[in-house]
Amino acid sequence: MTRKTALTRAHVEERLFGVLRWCVIAFLALITLLPFSYMLLLSVKPIDALLLDPGSLWISAKDFTLSTYRDVLRSTGEGGQGFLRFLLNSALVSLGTVVLTLLAAVPGAYAISRLKFFGHRQVSALFLAVYLFPATLLAVPLFVVFARMGLSSSLVGLAIVYVAQTVPVSIYMLKNYLVTIPASIEEAAALDGCTRLQTVRKVILPLTLPSLMATGLYVFMIAWNEFLFALLFLAAAPGKWTVSLGLAQLSNGVEVPKTILMAGSVVLTIPVVLLFFAAERLLTEGLTSGADKS
Amino acid sequence: MTTAPTGAPQRRETSPRPADRPTAPRGHRPMTAARRANRAGLAFVSPTFLVVLVVVVLPILWTVLLAFQKARLVDIQGMGLLGNWSLDNFTQVFGSAGFWSSLTTTLLYTAGATLGSVVLGLVAALALRKPFRGRGLLRAAMLLPYVAPVVAVAFVWEVALSPQYGIVNDWGRRLFGWDDPIAFLSTREYEVHLLGLHVDIPLALLTVIAFECWRYFPFAFLFILARLQAVPDGLEEAALVDGATPTQRFRHILLPQLMPVIALLCVLRFIMTFNKFDDVYLLTGGGAGTDVAAVRVYDFLTARYDVGAAAAQALVLAASLMILLGFYFRFFGNKVQEDS
Repeated sequence: MTRKTALTRAHVEERLFGVLRWCVIAFLALITLLPFSYMLLLSVKPIDALLLDPGSLWISAKDFTLSTYRDVLRSTGEGGQGFLRFLLNSALVSLGTVVLTLLAAVPGAYAISRLKFFGHRQVSALFLAVYLFPATLLAVPLFVVFARMGLSSSLVGLAIVYVAQTVPVSIYMLKNYLVTIPASIEEAAALDGCTRLQTVRKVILPLTLPSLMATGLYVFMIAWNEFLFALLFLAAAPGKWTVSLGLAQLSNGVEVPKTILMAGSVVLTIPVVLLFFAAERLLTEGLTSGADKS
Repeated sequence: MTTAPTGAPQRRETSPRPADRPTAPRGHRPMTAARRANRAGLAFVSPTFLVVLVVVVLPILWTVLLAFQKARLVDIQGMGLLGNWSLDNFTQVFGSAGFWSSLTTTLLYTAGATLGSVVLGLVAALALRKPFRGRGLLRAAMLLPYVAPVVAVAFVWEVALSPQYGIVNDWGRRLFGWDDPIAFLSTREYEVHLLGLHVDIPLALLTVIAFECWRYFPFAFLFILARLQAVPDGLEEAALVDGATPTQRFRHILLPQLMPVIALLCVLRFIMTFNKFDDVYLLTGGGAGTDVAAVRVYDFLTARYDVGAAAAQALVLAASLMILLGFYFRFFGNKVQEDS
């Protein structure tokens, strides 16, 4: 008797979760894809069409327009919103951050994973402690110091802050990968007469390439998406705005039609999403490696 | 293990003249492997250390100093590092209207967003555990909210929820017969009539929490899925043979395996959300009952140029986080430590 009820309970549950699973999958697909398709949809609509029928999830052929993109990318002198300039600023800051971060993080990660130096146990925890402190806590003094040094409206200052924000996580990601490279490879290189720097450059760097790519991409995304420090440092200098900042500042006002700004947010999103899809596997593994070891 | 590579070159150098070593100092003495590793290690870490020191550690220390000084942005130019000590900033911060309510808001927001995103991530990981057609595609798409720039997605939510041209209100009126458009992001309290009961719900706060859950569940999902796929099949098969139902298998087999990573995620998300500024600032600007502490710091800094008060507020925020984490590790620390 008990055996039979247990069986039916199992049966009922199997059924129930079989159905529920598909509901959940549909729900997840909906909540992740709908906002982004909504963004795309609005970006190719004239503002009148949106105001006329805010609920439509479709666009008729006669409404379809790409002038929103032209407006948003054109420089302010030509009556546009100057997003091309913002894109350039964002690219400069993000690429600079990636290069500087990797330059600092590769030796650091190598040292933490391979060398027994004074304090090698504490140092990685110390770096990760950076994330314990709210960015706002750093924002106050950095704001003041940069104002003093004249770096407050410069992309260089912004990149320096980003490097400090991204180095710890980069070291963490790289370290997780480096420990999987057998030490015997380095011993072989050393036997062949490589100095340590040569070993790092000629043996370790090529082997860590996948992890370097993943880390670089992750850093790029963080720098591209960052908003608080950009707002603090650059708000007063519209010529230096990053895309994120530009979009946020313009969307506060009412002068620019929402559909044009929607085109701006598509422009802001696309580089990150493209990069992400190009390297999705690389990235997700780089980020979660270590999570699956109990 | 880690010293092995350094052992090799050292052997190579010393082996031709092994008698040399004990008698030692002639010209330069060959360093021991340990000393060399120590030197190289310190040299390799120093760039990172320098950046972190200059851009993170020193500013934090200075924040602590500033919090105890009377400092406005205008007079900070000529001011020395020390001087004008006072506790005014703290009395101002604790005494200012809305400090405690802001702290409560921050806590509610953090707890809600942390729990929501982890639970949603767990559900998603369980649903996507077994392969089906299009799983890879959905998995990639689900990471979109997390990787997309916060400014862009916040703007989309803002437009979608707008009372004038938002799709949500339009559909709500059409499908559910809402009488008036609902201003999701600027309504502090929304009256709900449910079975004759009048309940006020903090609508803007809930919307912001929902946004946060939506944006960060992919993060939890990634980590939980990675752990889920490392659970050995044998365990579940054995339970299946013993007649365990799906809920029992989840409760007694999967959950204990996932618990460490879930605990770790909760701590991580809690810290991140507690300090979060952008999301709330972009969605509501801190109005309508969503004035989380991070936004207050920003207001002190930019609206009043009161550096001292901003520093004090930021310090109080950091201290509260430390206290909460202290409690956490006191009571649950062992579990997390075992995992990491």
